[in-house]
Amino acid sequence: MSEPISLQVNGQERILNGVDPETPLLWALRDHLNLVGAKFGCGISQCGACTVLLNDSPDRSCSLPVAAAAGGKVRTIEGLASPESLHPLQRAWIEEDVPQCGYCQAGQIMSATALLEGNPDPSDAEIDSAMAGNLCRCSTYLRIRKAIKRAATELKAWKAEG
Amino acid sequence: MAHLSYNPDPGLDTRVDSLLRGSTFSFEISKLDRRGFLKLTGIAGGGLMLCLNARVASAAKPEPPLSAVAEPFQPGAFVQISSREIVILACNPEVGQGVKTSLPMMVAEELDAAWEDVRVVQAPVDAKRYGPQFAAGSNSTPNRWDGMRQAGAVARAMLVATAAQRWGIAAGDCRTRDSHVLHPDGKLRLSYLELAEGAAKQAVPEPSSLQLKSAAEYRLLGQRVSGVDNLALVTGQPLFGVDHKVPGMLYAAYQKAPATGGIVASANLDEIRQLAGVVDAFILEGNGEVAELMPGVAIVASDTSSAFRAKRALRVEWDRSGAAQDSWDASIDEARRRAKGKPDKVFTAQGDVDAALAAAAQIVEGEYTYHFLTHAQLEPQNCTASYTDGSVELWSGSQTPDNAIDAVARTLGIPRKTVTFHQLRGGGGFGRRLVNDPVCEAAAISKHIGKPVKLTWTREDDMQHDFFRAGGHHKLKGAVDAEGRLSAWQSHFVSFTHDGEKPVTGGVLFPGMFPEGMVQNLHVAQTLLPWHTPCGAWRAPGASAYGFVEQCFLHELAVASGRDHRAFLLEVFGEPRQLAPGQHDFYPWGRGRALHTGRAAAVVERATEAAGWGRTLPEGRGLGLAFYFSHRGYFAEVAEVSVSPEKRLTVHKVTVVGDIGQIVNLSGAENQVEVSVIDGLSAMLAQKVTHEGGSVKQDNFHRYPLLRMPHAPEVEVHFLDSGYGPTGAGEPALPPLAPAVCNAIYAVNGHRIRTLPISEEGYTI
Repeated sequence: MSEPISLQVNGQERILNGVDPETPLLWALRDHLNLVGAKFGCGISQCGACTVLLNDSPDRSCSLPVAAAAGGKVRTIEGLASPESLHPLQRAWIEEDVPQCGYCQAGQIMSATALLEGNPDPSDAEIDSAMAGNLCRCSTYLRIRKAIKRAATELKAWKAEG
Repeated sequence: MAHLSYNPDPGLDTRVDSLLRGSTFSFEISKLDRRGFLKLTGIAGGGLMLCLNARVASAAKPEPPLSAVAEPFQPGAFVQISSREIVILACNPEVGQGVKTSLPMMVAEELDAAWEDVRVVQAPVDAKRYGPQFAAGSNSTPNRWDGMRQAGAVARAMLVATAAQRWGIAAGDCRTRDSHVLHPDGKLRLSYLELAEGAAKQAVPEPSSLQLKSAAEYRLLGQRVSGVDNLALVTGQPLFGVDHKVPGMLYAAYQKAPATGGIVASANLDEIRQLAGVVDAFILEGNGEVAELMPGVAIVASDTSSAFRAKRALRVEWDRSGAAQDSWDASIDEARRRAKGKPDKVFTAQGDVDAALAAAAQIVEGEYTYHFLTHAQLEPQNCTASYTDGSVELWSGSQTPDNAIDAVARTLGIPRKTVTFHQLRGGGGFGRRLVNDPVCEAAAISKHIGKPVKLTWTREDDMQHDFFRAGGHHKLKGAVDAEGRLSAWQSHFVSFTHDGEKPVTGGVLFPGMFPEGMVQNLHVAQTLLPWHTPCGAWRAPGASAYGFVEQCFLHELAVASGRDHRAFLLEVFGEPRQLAPGQHDFYPWGRGRALHTGRAAAVVERATEAAGWGRTLPEGRGLGLAFYFSHRGYFAEVAEVSVSPEKRLTVHKVTVVGDIGQIVNLSGAENQVEVSVIDGLSAMLAQKVTHEGGSVKQDNFHRYPLLRMPHAPEVEVHFLDSGYGPTGAGEPALPPLAPAVCNAIYAVNGHRIRTLPISEEGYTI
């Protein structure tokens, strides 16, 4: 029997019992912690649908053993909104009506979250570069770009207001 | 080939003879609260987008299903109004094409319900009650147009009648607006929620007796409306098939033969059963139907990761004696050889092509080839199944849920009435989810193990066990007369057949194909080569490939005539007229609907105008034009590209003008067109599936590249207001993209591309 694994997910301590330490973080989240926002798309870090933040950096949870995330700070799409309001990126996604099938969008938003946290005013090229690891099979890239810009503008306005 | 006795065209076989079942099921999670959202974001009034749903607190807790609403006013299948809320049922599967938003909008328009007051609920699968429930052929919009509006109009009439009685005035003196009936005095008003109880007692009017709104009266249709599931999507709530869980559920993987029709000879099952997390491993013999259950090894485990890990350790000896041996390389060699010879079958012969060729000022010949494609929808195929005591419950995102019920009933040998299918959102369809093979597999695995299971395919399973978009080879010959006009068109299309008679999906010729009706001398013929691996519908079946072939070749003829492509194309359309509708039993839903040359010319004129056709461009940059009519939609696209001497391609911008009649949801329609362009570009650049020995060489995205954000071009979209009723937007904008880009490349460097993907001709991005 595997040792219990302790994870900090969206600010909460979560204990995984009987989960193999080699289990990808994605399946620990989806099958064991009931957090199904991160999606399975390829299993080999090619599509980015499984993107979560590990210690504030985007990581492909399909290829990351859960043991490697133990002790680290995991953030998923489910933890992005505060109890009072959506994250500006989530609002921008709705306002720009970005999703089509929507399957990749949680991963897209988590990559965009990391981008804006590190670079509040990204250029088009910086957006493209930060988002290049996330496939959208429906090809909603133009609206994703627009939504990131909208969210960046809103974040700046918030900061200016203090 | 006993194991290949399947329907060669499963995706188009949508039957609607479902039995009446009383189940109600709702998978809604978000309270639609536009006012709360608008307050939150401060875009009230000024926003372009109507966003229905975004109150965070409500996103986390499930809404009551329909059955929990006490005695609602329910005038028909699609509207339910109680003292608490207005519910509109979304009747067709949602796989990203936006119908869960756009079809209820049609109801809300005629109901005169304020969109922010509406809660949309996915309808149960019940074709008797809700009509044909499928997502295929860009048909949801035109098929549902009348029924949805009538559903809204009926409910509105009954609410008005109730209010009129209450006020003691004539119904005709009342108006409706924003979920209220308005008294002619301009002061009194009654909300639909107040009127619901009384309306339930009114006689239901005959829908055809009601006057529907004219387009000028629309307040909601044609607006930009944000998708009804967007809040759930951006907060990571469970929506998709693969997100579903049931108590006590186990997790399954299924390994089928690399070549279709292979049988399990032996497998290291004992070893697999010893692996951590594995509950059982067993062989399913299948029923030989490739659209249902083919032979394989099932692994059932305590989580998906354990099932996948065990699958990697699985060693199967396959009996390939009855399996597919398909080879792309051998087939395309044969296709090239046969294209030069006499065709097997003449499909259309009009006028005298030989005489026109003999009299031609210019003759052009070209052979075009395109590869097989896979759907690669991002959510791999999956299904959750719970079999108990002779009945089975299923959860998945199918494009043909009613077919899934039949397929599972056949697979398990149980009556249809014992099969319940819950329609969940599909993470992309593109035609793949027209076939319900994973649903049958999950049902069989659950039956064998006696417990609920969620079957998830790996990406490798998904890419290698597809119903592929067929490759093909076309030999074309065309003539231009002394006046520079198109005078003859001769085409020999070499495609594939499963049964030796009918072409595979994607290889079907039909009356009214371009340029029939627009050229006097036409000869279209076909030769079919045997192919065993299943083929299926891939976004804009047929058109996705024919558009490339026909519209590049037409450009070749325009070049040969020494004339401008735009002028040449407009001349081919000729006088504005409706061409004769074609009849074809493969496409009863309108794929073969005939073209109106005036609508075709209008989109070409507007697209070239918007793109600045004819302007001077810098060295290395060029414009390319293409038009296509498919799925009842008219699209002209102009691509602006740069090509380096090393064949490095940059697509700067694509200007699109479409005529799909009345626009329902402008945001959804624009989104469909933008992504059709990018999807078309993605496919033409480097996507190909190659079979050898019956197996597929490509297995994951590193070997089947999808376009990524840095290469997404600007897309400018315009719709023409032609006054026609609405038609679908999911497919018809894709076919013109590849020829527009190829024609633009020719404009830059004079290189005529006749093979897709263009990576085969040395191009990169």
